[in-house]
Parts: sequence; C-alpha cells; structure tokens
Amino acid sequence: MYGAADLAGVSRLQYTTEMKLIRVMCSGRVDLAYVLRAFSNGMDGVLIGGCRLNECNYTTHGNYHALNMVLLCKRIMEHVGLNPARLRIEFMSGSEGNLFAEVVNDFVKQVKMLGPLAQSEGIDKNELKSQLEEITKLVTYIKLMKGDKLTARLENPEEYNEFFTSDEIDSLFREVNSYYIEPGKCQACMICAKRCPVEAIIGGKNQIHVIDQDKCIKCGTCLEVCPARFGAVTKFSGAPVPPPMPEGERTIVRKSKEKMSEIGSIN
Amino acid sequence: MQYPDQFNQALSKNKAVHIYFPQAIPLVAYIDESCLYLKENKCRICEGICQNNAINLNQTAQIKEVNVGAIILSPGLEPFDPKVMEEYRYGEFANVVTSMDYERLLSSTGPYQGEILRTSDMKHPQKIAWIQCVGSRQVTPGGNSYCSAVCCTYAQKHVILTKEHNAEAECTIFHNDIRSYGKDFERFYERTEQLPGVRFIRSYTSIVKEDPVTKNVSIRYATPDEGVKEEEFDLVVLSVGLNPPADAHGLAQKYGIELNAHHFCKLNPVNPIETNRPGIFVSGAFQGPTDIPESVFSASGASSQCGELLDYRRGNLARERTYPLEKDVSQEEPRIGVFVCHCGANIGRIVNVPATVEYALTLPHVVYAQEQLFSCATNSAKEITDITKEKGLNRVVVAACSPRTLEPLFRDTLREAGINQYYYEMANIREHNSWVHAKEKEAATQKAKDIIRMSVARACHLGPLQEFDLPVNKTALVVGGGIAGMNCALSIANQGHQVYLLERDTHLGGMARKIHHTLEGLDVQAYLRDLTGKIYQHPLVHVYTDAVITEATGYVGNFVTKVQSERGVAELKHGAAVIAIGADVYTPTEYLYGADDRVITHLELEQQIANGNEKVINAASLVIIQCVGCRNEDRNYCSRVCCSESIKNALQLKELNPEMDIYILFRDMRTYGFQEDYYREAASKDVKFIRYEPHDQPQVEAAEDEDGRPVLRVTVTDYILGKKLELDADLIALAAAVIPSAATKEVAELFKVTLSPDGFFKEAHVKLRPVEFGTDGVYLCGLAHYPKHIPETINQAYGAAGRVLTLLAHDTVIASGSVCEVDEKRCMGCGACIAACAYGAIEFRKTRQGKKAVVNPVLCKGDGLCNAKCPTGAISLLHFTDEQLLSQIDAAVGDV
Repeated sequence: MYGAADLAGVSRLQYTTEMKLIRVMCSGRVDLAYVLRAFSNGMDGVLIGGCRLNECNYTTHGNYHALNMVLLCKRIMEHVGLNPARLRIEFMSGSEGNLFAEVVNDFVKQVKMLGPLAQSEGIDKNELKSQLEEITKLVTYIKLMKGDKLTARLENPEEYNEFFTSDEIDSLFREVNSYYIEPGKCQACMICAKRCPVEAIIGGKNQIHVIDQDKCIKCGTCLEVCPARFGAVTKFSGAPVPPPMPEGERTIVRKSKEKMSEIGSIN
Repeated sequence: MQYPDQFNQALSKNKAVHIYFPQAIPLVAYIDESCLYLKENKCRICEGICQNNAINLNQTAQIKEVNVGAIILSPGLEPFDPKVMEEYRYGEFANVVTSMDYERLLSSTGPYQGEILRTSDMKHPQKIAWIQCVGSRQVTPGGNSYCSAVCCTYAQKHVILTKEHNAEAECTIFHNDIRSYGKDFERFYERTEQLPGVRFIRSYTSIVKEDPVTKNVSIRYATPDEGVKEEEFDLVVLSVGLNPPADAHGLAQKYGIELNAHHFCKLNPVNPIETNRPGIFVSGAFQGPTDIPESVFSASGASSQCGELLDYRRGNLARERTYPLEKDVSQEEPRIGVFVCHCGANIGRIVNVPATVEYALTLPHVVYAQEQLFSCATNSAKEITDITKEKGLNRVVVAACSPRTLEPLFRDTLREAGINQYYYEMANIREHNSWVHAKEKEAATQKAKDIIRMSVARACHLGPLQEFDLPVNKTALVVGGGIAGMNCALSIANQGHQVYLLERDTHLGGMARKIHHTLEGLDVQAYLRDLTGKIYQHPLVHVYTDAVITEATGYVGNFVTKVQSERGVAELKHGAAVIAIGADVYTPTEYLYGADDRVITHLELEQQIANGNEKVINAASLVIIQCVGCRNEDRNYCSRVCCSESIKNALQLKELNPEMDIYILFRDMRTYGFQEDYYREAASKDVKFIRYEPHDQPQVEAAEDEDGRPVLRVTVTDYILGKKLELDADLIALAAAVIPSAATKEVAELFKVTLSPDGFFKEAHVKLRPVEFGTDGVYLCGLAHYPKHIPETINQAYGAAGRVLTLLAHDTVIASGSVCEVDEKRCMGCGACIAACAYGAIEFRKTRQGKKAVVNPVLCKGDGLCNAKCPTGAISLLHFTDEQLLSQIDAAVGDV
C-alpha cells in the first residue's frame, strides 16, 4: 500500500490530511500491540494496508496474517467497548493510487462520523487507556492461544465475521492464565528462573521462587520446565493467584536440617 | 491549451508540458510537439516561469556516434489498427474501442481515473462485448494470418477487471479458439468463465449498426442452438492483435538483418535471439507475438549472448567507490540532523519549509536543521555529508520524497561521512503530503511537521547494521542435461565460468531425444548431436551423467551439492544453481491406450513416422485426440505443445501418404503465433478438425467396418453438423499431456524452492522474474518451468544464463542488514517464527536452555512476519523493531 500511496502522490490525487503513514515491509509485520498502542494513545482510527490477497510481494502471504490480526483486534475492541469500525484493513496493489486516495477519504470520513475515541462510545478515556494497557500485557498470551488462527488463510470474506467470535474473546479474557509457584513444592532449583524469557521469576539459591505477576507474560515456560518430580508450578485459569510469600520467609529449610533443628515449617 | 494525451490513447487531454505517464522513468516533465512555440513560434511562458532555467526551447536533435560490440534490437510491437478494416467501424461508432483504449479506461492513471465510461455520454457501460482475433488469424486484406498469442488472455483480464469495477456488468466474449496456453492461463480462463454475467460465445461476428440516439452498438452472431441473431451492446471492445514494429523494414535495412514473411525478425531456429547478422540480437515481440514472460526470457537471454561476445571487457567501465572508515556512534546520545527539501516548488510551494525547519529544531535530540532546494542534487548531498561531519551528527533525517526512490542515495551521504548508513531515516513529505494536499497549505505544513516528528522519534532508536559481503563462488551448477540445461550451461561457460552439468540419464538430450523435427522443419536430432558435441568439447563444462543429487546445502554464492554419478561421489561447490530438469509425458489410461496397440501417443506416432513404419504410414485413417490428461480436474493446465505436435505429425503423414484420412479431435486448437499458418495448411490439405466438448468426450471401441476389417471406432459429436459421427480408424494418436518430472518434488526440497499448483516449479514472479526463484541464487529454465516449444526453451535457457551471470560476474553479493535477529534469552522455543517464515531462514538450535530459534541472515528477506508472530518478542526485524515502530506510533499523536 505504501507504493499505492506514492502513486497517489505522483498522480496528484488529492485526499484529506488527517492520515499519517508508518512504513512496514509487510502488512503481516503489524503487531497486535501496535494497534492497541495507537488506540491507547488516543488515535481515533487505525488503517492497515497490504498487498492484494494472493498477490504477495514476498512468498509469505503475510497479508492474510494481518487480516486475521485485524479480525481478532476488532473483537477485542468490542470487548472493551470500542467501535470496531475504527480499525480497518485494505488490500491494494502498488498501482492503485486512486484506490488509496478513495480509501483514505472514506475511512477518515467514517472515523469522523464515529466521533472522538472513547467519548463517543461513552467510555472514560483513562479507563480505556488502562484497559488497553492491560490487554497489551496479554499479547503474548493471546498470540499463544490464537497462534494457529492468526496464521490461517481465509478463503472468502463471508468467513471473516465468524472467524473470531465475541464469546471466544470474552472467554479468552475470562480464562486468562496465571502461573504460580507453590512454595511448598519449590526446591529453588533456578531452572524456571533461568528459562523465563522476561526474567519475571525472583529467587536464588535456597530462596523459594516467586513469579513477579507484573512482569510475567504468561507464556507458560516455567510450567513446562519445572522438573516433574517437583511439579511446583501451577496454572490458574481465570482466577487470581495467591499472594506471594513475604520476602523474609522465602528461605528453604531442607528436610534434613529440619529434622536436626526441629524448628520452623516451610509454610 | 489542452491536447489529446497520446499515452491515454487520446481519450483524455493534457498540456504540451507534461509527464508522459505516472510511472515513467525518468519521472520528469517534457515538452511535446503540440507546444505553441515549436508550432507557431509564440508563448514561451514556461521558459520565464522556470526558476532553474531548465527549459531550452532551442534544443535540436543531435546525432551521436557510439562504438559498441553488440546490439540488441527490442523495438517491441505495434498494436493492430482496426481502421484499416472498415467493417469494425472503429473511429466511426463512438462506442467501438480497441483493447488498448479499454486498457487505459480500466487504469487508475487512465482518462477517467479508472472509471469505465463511454466517451459518447460519460455513462458506465453495463453490457460490454469483446470481439477476439481482430486483425489476427485473418487471410483477408489488411489482417494478419498469424495468431497474436496474447489477446485471449488479456480479454479475460479485461473481463475480470470490469467485474471488479462493476459486479453487475454483463460481459460477452465472441471468440474462435480460446488459447490459454500460458502458465496458469487455463485456471484464469476458468475463473473468468465462471463469473456471473459472463458469456463466452464461439462465433464469428459482424458489427451491424449504431443506435443514433443511445449510440449503442449491435453485433450479429450465430450460435448452434439459436442460429443467427443480433444483440445490442453499450460498448464493444476490439481485441486487436499484434503487428510488427512500425518501421520494421527501415530497422532491418539499417542493421542489415532479414525479416520473415510476417515482417517480424527472421530468427535462427536453434537460437531465436540471434539475427542473421553476428553480434546483432533480438528480444521481445520483434521475435514474434509474445507475452511478457517470454519477452523477459529473451531480454535476459540477449544480455547473456552479448556477454558471450563481450565478457572480456566486463567491468571495464565500472569504478569502485571507497568510503571512509565507519565510526562507532552506538554509545553516543542521538545527535540528529534534519534536512528539509523544497524539491523546487514541489514541496516548497505547499509546505512552509522554513517553519518545519524551525519546528524540527525544537524536537528532542535534533541538534541541527536546515532547508535545501533539492536535497538530491549532487551539491546538496555533499552538503549533508559535510554538515554531518562538521556538526558531529550521528543520525540524519531527510524530509523529502519517498524512500522507495532515493533512500540509497541519501544513505550514501552518511557512509561518506563515516556513519553507518542505517542511521539514515526518510520523511516522505512529497508523495504523502505536498502532492496530495496541494490546496491545504496550512494542514500540509502541519502534517509535514508531524511526519518529521515521527521520523525523528524513529531515528533516535535506529541502530548500526552491517550489510555483509558474501563471497561468490564463480562456478555454476546446471541440473538437467536437456536442451534447456545444455544451452544454459554453454552460455555460462562461454562467459568464462566453470559449469557442472548434471544429467540423471546415461545420455544428454532429455525430452528432445524423442523429437525428430519441429513444426518449422528443424532437424532436432542433428541439432542435438551438434549441441552435445559442443558440451563435451567445452573445457569449462563438466558433465556428470547417471547423476543423483544426495544433498544440497548452502545459499546464494556458496552452495554445496553432493552428487553420485558415473564419476563416483562428488561434492560440488558452486555459486549459482539452474534447475532444468525438464518434464515427463503422461501415460494415458484413456481411449484403450495400453489395451490396444493401435492406440499410441503423439510422441510414439512421431517415432513411428521417423522409423518409416509402413503400418503407420500406409494406414487408411488416423484419428488424433487432443487434450489427453490435461485441461481436466487432475491437471488443470494446457500442455501448450500438443496442438502443433499433432499438426506436425498430420502434415508429415499427408506428405508421405496424401490419401490418408486424418481427423484431429480438439477442444481449442492452440496454434498460437506463427504456428497458425501450419494449422491453416493442415486444414487446406484436408486434415479434418472436429471440436469436442469436455463433457462429451470421444468414445473409442474396437469394431469392424463394413468390409469386416478390424478398426477402432471413434464416436464423437460434431457441434457444427449437430450430430454424432462415427469414425473408423486404423490408428489413434493421443496428444498426451506434458506432466512435471517425477523428480520435481525431490529437487524442490533439495534446493528449497517452491512448486506451482500444477506441480511445475514456481518462479519468483510469473511475469517479471520468470527465470528466477524466490530463493536467491537458484534459477529456472525449460519444461521444468512449464511446457514449451524448443525455441522458447532456448530463449529461457539463455535467459537463465543471463541471470546467473549477473550473480557470478560479481565477487561478492550484498545481504541486507535489515534482517531478523533472535534474543535467545527471550526465546521460549515455541516455533511460531519458523512456521511463519516461508524462506526456511529460521531453525531451532539446541542449547542448555532448551531449543532456541536462530536466523540465517542470508536467507532472511526482512518481511518481519516472524516478529509479529513471536509471543515473547524474542525475534525482531532489525531496522523495523518494535521499539522503532512504537516510537513512531507514539510520536504520531503529537504535542497534545
């Protein structure tokens, strides 16, 4: 679409001034997090442009990925009370400058009719921002849960509406996974801490590990790598995890030592 | 003053000073002959108004002498002018247009910005008719006897685009045979045919009248069911054919080359790129009516043949640039310089450039900003370099035009200043701003500031990236020793490169070993002997027969292929690979093939004729059935060569035994281009052509004729006579499909290249890059790409050689710095990136912390799909990282 925008310029096709373009090499590069950030920043509309379907500039057909992301994001927007029409995806070839100009005019007109973000939907601006920021933290979780669907190739537009459903998104957010290390089982082996991609696990030698829920991206790596003989990591779906142990009480007292001193208990 | 715009077929108007068309290269304005000064010696307004004194109305044509070692003629073609045949009423009826006119009507840069309008009343036509073969396949005065080869498919394209413009439009194509012989064309035809409101009617037509009020046009035609009828259309499109270039004779005389009977270039049958004059080559439609991919084959092929003559001088005129040593500024605070370009008046007339400069200076990390009249001018570019050094800038933003045009030039200014070129960022305030908001100066100025702010924000997060030079092994590997592989290998070797030529069989020659002569009369076996001789005599070509590839690894410039052959096991190192593995012939299961030895394939028939088999030559009657094993559900493509193969056999048998009854049962005769003449010759020699429909296929059974003689009885419906015919044949020949070689899948996997839906190899771009793969350093030619005739194969073989040489002529290839990179710590080994990458650029690597993704930067194309798929943000596309793009998104909001 960048090419179409250039051609619109070369052809001197006049269109409205509100739109600003950010160049990516493939529409499939546009991350769900970017769209959320734009709305969180207060942008009234987001347009994603890609090559025509089945006319991929590469051989990857990333425009299908972009389409799926948009369909998913529209449902997320509904979930937080935003009008999904504020997000649009358009496919055009580099030779369609006129289509680009038309699309910009049409989209800006539509967004103007919808009115200012949040306000016209009757939501509080700050409330929306914090809600979108919360969802942005779940992008990893969403990508993991919906990975297969995000790479699918939809055959025709009739499938678009049904591809992601509101129920699906509601339950996605209802059942958000959280991971918790059970203090009674943790042997402070450091494996999960080492493997956590975002260094969200606090703990050292003989220190019961604790997941920093603010940092955690819910990828589940800790659950996967915790040695089966310990089985210390538990997944909570849709329920809050128990509060972490106070910092001062995390030292593990090994059983052999326990016997000797006969004091204290792990809990 | 406005004059008819020649590029838009004179359907719209423009001024004497104009840009020829929006994608013209160079994209500059020029003055045409309609200029008042040139015509009447007055006006000269433009001269006064141009600030740069760029207009010189006294320029005259100059004759320059250039010494060259070779010449390529590619004068193209001339569309057929239907005015020479009055019955088409072109120019007389307002709503009869040519396909060239219609092409412009459809185009977004056309006379009505892509709206399809009738010039008579500016209304959208609802009922549109296409008349095929206008000026083609005609032996009447003014017409061309040959088939123009491209019109069937372009008319289908018109229909599809028309339906996209207006889903309600009724489209009717009046046609003779539909010649969808090109790659993917059969599917395209089917797609067009199945659109609602589209009719394909096989009928001759005449344009009868124009309604004096509505200006609608009536066409008379005939169908088998309804007889002759007349129908009114809003618009009639004449699918005009291809004429030779306008001054073909002048050109021929000037260069001392010969033309053929149709006034196209006369070609050497074993080297269609060669003219009769050594050193003068021909490419494109001057070879004969040609579609785009074939034009590209011959264009690249002509360059390879020039290379064979001129290789010893390669690179003599090239000069290498040297750059100062790069400074490491990655630890420094960003010091950004912003240069805002006026682009003459293009930006400056709309955008208040000084105001944007002032604004840029207020942005964080911007330490310097200035305006420039033309940033791309040599002195301005040097100024950017000088200021970068002087002010100690470590990042530069140029606010000017699209990065798609001049980014490389501006990146260079940084390199000249000793700064990594990826610290350069471009703000597009022309194509995306001043040109499209010409009437809103204030808003455009504000938007220019916004765009600059976003670019500056991004620039803060840019990092230095290294483009790496990969050494190129100067050797080529050619897989497949048929006509394609051998010609390609020879052309590469003739330019001084070692070539390994692999052949699976014990002999070179491939499919051509089964072909004795071509329709045009070339003795294929003699040619093959000569070609094979050249291969074995060439000191740089190393032939491996009985060859099997066991392993292929590496990447562009550095492949390693393990081969087991009659020479033993070898490990071949090469910089380029050409896939020329050919194709196979379908073994029919239809029409008693295999059950009755009187049923043979067309190639077997050719062999029998060559052997002088009397049973065949003296047969009383022969039935040839076309389209056996293709153009069906299993193989939804046309094998392209079988129609002329059958006509060739029929003509030869008629020569040997004029009494023989020969029937050709066909669906569409696809003797495109000059082959049409042979189709006509066969018809005139009483070869009978009977068309059948796919849902009503001919039936074959063993029977006895009236005299009790055993025959094969063929039952077929004749749609012209409207009844079933029974033909008693002594022999049946089946035009069996060309099918992908059995080795295709295996070779595709070895070289990591892709296949088309029909199972042939898939080129990088069907029109524009037909001899390359998406995988760098791997090329394609011959039947492996798609069925084709010998001259077409030779064209493509030279074409592939041309592309190989553009790689092997260099010592290194440059791989972009904008590739993906994995932060191992963040990688959770989920494999989402590997699934998203169509280039096989990402693999798992086992580490102590589990499996981690790792990118081979040489294979990565930088689309960043993996980046968007990665759940943890472990993989990122350098130069388009999350941080960089998010900074732009944040900066888009502005100072609120």
